[in-house]
Amino acid sequence: MSTSLILIIITTALVNNVVLSQFLGICSFLGVSKQIKTSISLGVAVIFVITIASGVANLLYDFLLAPLHLEYLETIVFILVIACLVQIVEMFLKKSSPAIYKALGIYLPLITTNCAVLGVALTNVQNEYNFIQSIVAGLGTAIGYTIAIVLLAGIRERIDEASVPLPFRGAPVVLLTAALMSIAFMGFSGLSL
Amino acid sequence: MNKYVERLYNGIVKENPCTVLMLGMCPTLAVTTSAINGLGMGLSTLAVLIFSNLIISLMRKIIPDQVRLPAYIVIVASLVTVVDLLLQAYVPSLYAALGIYIPLIVVNCIILGRAEAYANKVGPGLAFFDGLGMGLGFTIALTIIGLVRELLGNGTAFNAAVLPESFTPIAIFVKAPGAFLVIGFMIAILNAFHIKNNANDLVQGCDGCCSHCSKTGCHNDKKEEAK
Repeated sequence: MSTSLILIIITTALVNNVVLSQFLGICSFLGVSKQIKTSISLGVAVIFVITIASGVANLLYDFLLAPLHLEYLETIVFILVIACLVQIVEMFLKKSSPAIYKALGIYLPLITTNCAVLGVALTNVQNEYNFIQSIVAGLGTAIGYTIAIVLLAGIRERIDEASVPLPFRGAPVVLLTAALMSIAFMGFSGLSL
Repeated sequence: MNKYVERLYNGIVKENPCTVLMLGMCPTLAVTTSAINGLGMGLSTLAVLIFSNLIISLMRKIIPDQVRLPAYIVIVASLVTVVDLLLQAYVPSLYAALGIYIPLIVVNCIILGRAEAYANKVGPGLAFFDGLGMGLGFTIALTIIGLVRELLGNGTAFNAAVLPESFTPIAIFVKAPGAFLVIGFMIAILNAFHIKNNANDLVQGCDGCCSHCSKTGCHNDKKEEAK
């Protein structure tokens, strides 16, 4: 049991990296990766939200949608749950720990439209994961997201110092960097699990 | 220029969601392994975008400002579910190829972005044409990216072999890194044209805040989203 959970973490975080091989959460991956510091904050916020969201989505699917045969409503239900959850997390953090709220606050609304959150919830249903497996898959995915965005931010801080050809400045060089990272992450698919 | 035609031109060329605004990058990167998939994804998004723009524009005076984002999300999610079920019933091969990216149209920045930036301010006619223009711009960009990747990575175009036998397909173009490569070079080429025409607005992309996206990147001039 515990080995299968470790396998899920490794698969979701490295082998099927959510950003570099599944292409989820690209908007924030490209947008909020200018500095290592901010990308770590976003990464922590994403870990927090995705882990909770995948647990809640799993409970709702197993105990509400499946018994009532309303599986086709999963998209609507999940996105609403995620939007509410982000709101609740935001309000909770504001009250309980203003320091964390100050660090993560501005990123929380962005997470609602981060397709990684909805993507994990839907993938978990497809894979027929149970409650624990869903949470672990969510955690692994979010860790993979954080690894990718922090690495990209580190590279981008270096690129800022380099003289990039004019047409490649801005988005193109970031995309090409992501391409090279993606090639590197393809190496993990050789892991025989 | 007629204002409806202007909307189409704006969506397809001036503010093309893919290459200029850099919105909706997830499906752009993920499903463009072939021209057909790109076209299918583009048309699905086009359908959702037209109707979401239309409905949101019609309901713009009814929806209270404080709860507008949840309301938009419900409208978009319902439309996406309809598209999802229709594709599953009538084009199962495309449905299988696009997979999870169909339900993920809900969180495609283009749709909420257009609702927030345009459709909730104008009448249904203009909103419809804005959706049509943006959707067509997205479809064209996705099809071209899909075509390039399919051609280089597989030697085919729309599933028909077009390159001679002697051409060895470069498999990496239909794998994940190829998506980043093709789009990166595409935007760089467009940037080169911009520089030639002395337009100094290079594509910056947006900071992930869909609803505030415009050509100049992010402008957070609106008050904090109250939900």
